[in-house]
Amino acid sequence: MSNIPSELKYATSHEWVRAEGNGEYTVGITEHAQELLGDMVFVELPDVDDEVDAGEDCAVAESVKAASDIYAPIGGTIIAVNEDLEDAPETVNNDAYGDGWLFRIKASDESELDNLLDAEGYANSIDED
Amino acid sequence: MTSKTVLHAKHLEAGAKMVDFHGWEMPINYGSQIEEHHAVRQDAGMFDVSHMTIVDIEGVDAKAFLQKLVANDVAKLTVAGKALYTGMLNEQGGVIDDLIIYFFTETQYRLVVNSATREKDLAHINAVAAGFDVTVTERPEYAMVAVQGPNAIAKTATILDEQQQAVVAGMKPFFGVQAGDLFIATTGYTGEAGYEIVVHNDGAADLWQKLLDAGVRPAGLGARDTLRLEAGMNLYGSDMDETVSPLAANMAWTIAWEPEDRDFIGRAAIAKQRAEKSTDKLVGLVLESKGVLRGGSKVIVEGGEGVITSGTFSPTLGFSVALARVPRSVGETAQVEMRKKLVDVKVVKPSFVRNGKSII
Repeated sequence: MSNIPSELKYATSHEWVRAEGNGEYTVGITEHAQELLGDMVFVELPDVDDEVDAGEDCAVAESVKAASDIYAPIGGTIIAVNEDLEDAPETVNNDAYGDGWLFRIKASDESELDNLLDAEGYANSIDED
Repeated sequence: MTSKTVLHAKHLEAGAKMVDFHGWEMPINYGSQIEEHHAVRQDAGMFDVSHMTIVDIEGVDAKAFLQKLVANDVAKLTVAGKALYTGMLNEQGGVIDDLIIYFFTETQYRLVVNSATREKDLAHINAVAAGFDVTVTERPEYAMVAVQGPNAIAKTATILDEQQQAVVAGMKPFFGVQAGDLFIATTGYTGEAGYEIVVHNDGAADLWQKLLDAGVRPAGLGARDTLRLEAGMNLYGSDMDETVSPLAANMAWTIAWEPEDRDFIGRAAIAKQRAEKSTDKLVGLVLESKGVLRGGSKVIVEGGEGVITSGTFSPTLGFSVALARVPRSVGETAQVEMRKKLVDVKVVKPSFVRNGKSII
């Protein structure tokens, strides 16, 4: 069983969301997702200031195995992207919940967080995979 | 029901992620496929290839039988231990399998064929053998470990006894010799120096552990695939199969057309294709921008369309490369359909890395 931190929220499409305060949220992919994908070779990120809707594909994680769309778990404005991944995409494998974060969103409607899963709900959802 | 090699427990011990590979439970990686790839390019790595099928051919007709069975000519083999790469074709000129043949004497040869094709290969070999005075003996009692990389030979030497060291000293590429209880061949599937070592099942775990202790890093099927693709070596079932001519699979060099009266299986079909230049050809593709070329993608070239037969991210080069079967009219560039967009790629010879260096 892979690590699923209890303080984060999750989408069934394997993104995690961390509240940073002030309506800002950091997004990455779960340890389970990076295990499924294998070694990451390219990460394509959105541009800062992009407006995204919840569920919109806004990034691509390309691994040795497959290219995989990343969906915005909540809607809002992209306020930061993890540029370090350009040269070190393997950080997503090595530290999925830390330095391997993908982008940060300023939420347009924080109630969308309620549509996401808690750790237990996500653990159950990947059990069903 | 999956089969396990005799090294299965050693893989689990080394933290392998196991997958089903054509009915065999094999290590795909031991953590990071890319790190394993670099270990082979820069130092020494080892692969369990015990799932591959070893078949010994013996008998007074052994040479004549193999001259019928495969497209290359075993008459080229005159020095004991010398090996030959070639294909077994069907009458239509499609590739039943690719294989390595080791020559011991004109009545004694060893074949190493793929695992995924084991049953049909054995059926075909036995059917052809019926017309010859030969015995066909599969050798499931042997395991096989490939040790590959610039330091593979030196690190392997540290675990061989003096006699074995003497036997393998100065071996040229593409030879195999019996060294004590090991059959050691200077062959491989990575484009690096190294050995493929055939060992009795009873001694396999011990050999693996000794190599591990000598600093050889376990590498999985994931790295094996990226290494062989960088080296421009075909994967049966992807780059060629029974519907694909060796002429369309960069295997023309594995066909012996002389002597003209050697009637190997498939000769008539591929001789016609050769005369008419009617087959596609296998080329290399290079994508220097972001993205990864993937097998099955459509390739648009001058004068027609082709298909990527194998594609991957090349850890050595830092960008994606692929093998593609395309019309012979192909020019120096092509376009590949990637995630619904057309992307420009360079067309090169189907070989990208040798001995750790780019050869594009």
